[in-house]
Amino acid sequence: MERAEIESKMRELLVEELGLDADAISMEARFEEDLEVDSLGVVELLMALEDNFGVQIPDEEAESIGTVGQAVDLVEQKLNG
Amino acid sequence: MNQRRVVVTGLGSVTSLGLDVETYWSNILAGKSGVSDIERIDVSDITAKIAAEIKDFDIEQYMSRRDARRLDRSSQYFWVATKQALEDADISYDEEDPDALRAGVLAGTGIGGVETLEEQVGVLNSQGPRRMSPFGIAKIISNMAGGVASIDFHLYGPNSTTVTACAASANAIGDAAAVIARGAADVMVAGGGEAAITRFAMAGFAQARALSTNNDDPQGASRPFDLNRDGFVMGEGAAVLILEEHERAVARGARIYAEVLGYGMSADGYHITLPRPGGGGAARSMQAAMLDAGLEPSAIDYINAHGTSTPANDKTETAAIKTAFGEEVAYTVPISSTKSMTGHLLGAAGAIESLSCILAIRDGVIPPTINYETPDPECDLDYVPNVKREVPVRTAMTNSFGFGGHNVSLVFGKVD
Repeated sequence: MERAEIESKMRELLVEELGLDADAISMEARFEEDLEVDSLGVVELLMALEDNFGVQIPDEEAESIGTVGQAVDLVEQKLNG
Repeated sequence: MNQRRVVVTGLGSVTSLGLDVETYWSNILAGKSGVSDIERIDVSDITAKIAAEIKDFDIEQYMSRRDARRLDRSSQYFWVATKQALEDADISYDEEDPDALRAGVLAGTGIGGVETLEEQVGVLNSQGPRRMSPFGIAKIISNMAGGVASIDFHLYGPNSTTVTACAASANAIGDAAAVIARGAADVMVAGGGEAAITRFAMAGFAQARALSTNNDDPQGASRPFDLNRDGFVMGEGAAVLILEEHERAVARGARIYAEVLGYGMSADGYHITLPRPGGGGAARSMQAAMLDAGLEPSAIDYINAHGTSTPANDKTETAAIKTAFGEEVAYTVPISSTKSMTGHLLGAAGAIESLSCILAIRDGVIPPTINYETPDPECDLDYVPNVKREVPVRTAMTNSFGFGGHNVSLVFGKVD
């Protein structure tokens, strides 16, 4: 999957499944500080990533996700090795 | 102990008969039924296929989708009723407001987040634990309606939840009034929410043989005190009262709907679902409420009955009213069951029926018991059959009885 496609799918699931405000989403946006995603929301994010991209993300790896861009990085790395 | 007076200064409700108080009340006075075929769930294999279902509720008209998905439907109803009631009372707090520390919540619910529980158990069994929602537990627990109200409306005082089945929100109102009376808060959001039109709850109540199976005549199925009643009809929704210390309400020029005059409780101590034959337990809760109010039976102008339309409740409650009020007064006091129109809101019933008593006092009109056609020899009191009655109402009592044998009675009165 191309990075651009991952990014676009990421935006879509953040709005559709996490209910985030589309205008607030950028690759630099931080989940906790900028998007107000709390610890419960992070779990939901992981589930959404697993469902939408067909990847497995163990809790340890999830800790590396701070921004939307980092989530895209992780998915890209999982998908494309 | 020096008790402070407690008055009602705001009302809110969400029911099948309207998503606000005045729509609800005009439909109730018109004798309209909120019962229809259930659409939300598959009832093809459940014996009871009708309910007073709220069809036109869209939570996203009140909050963002992101906030809404953290709340079970029962809490969503309670949240909207709370918002309406606070606005009606012209009360709002910001985070820094010292008055917010003196404002609290008492919420009642029968089975809380049962819809979420079913959904998440389904996910657990079909897809495994790692696919369960992280919000699942928070949505299910019965205290979350009150918890979220404290967060969103900045209510930082006493906060608790009553879970006495179908008496839950009557307990919440009585307990909230007691909190204010003893000085622990000045304002309390008090009421309840319920959303039990789910496969588990419908099938479970059907298996307890509690539900009407008069599926061919949805609007005629809830027929309290009628000889041909065959069970209760499930309802859903929420109602909230704003209770306020009397002097504070007067000082700020609040509109005062009524005063909370009396609160009585008793336990049947008899059976998990059936009322004690003869209604001795229910009679004691009515007597306790009148004693608390300092009123003789003849001073009660209206009783909003528990009146579920089950064979057992309605004859037992009739007997209980005769015991509590004495034969002479029992035959003269107007009694009605608004469950004939709203269905049974379970844990939210006490709150919506308290609201109905308060509006009966405000407007001098008693709502009817609809579908009353065939008298039952064991139910021979004045049930205000089918048509509202315009008559001054200075005091009104409401009864709520819950599985487990919980009996609660509240008395409200006019404030001159």
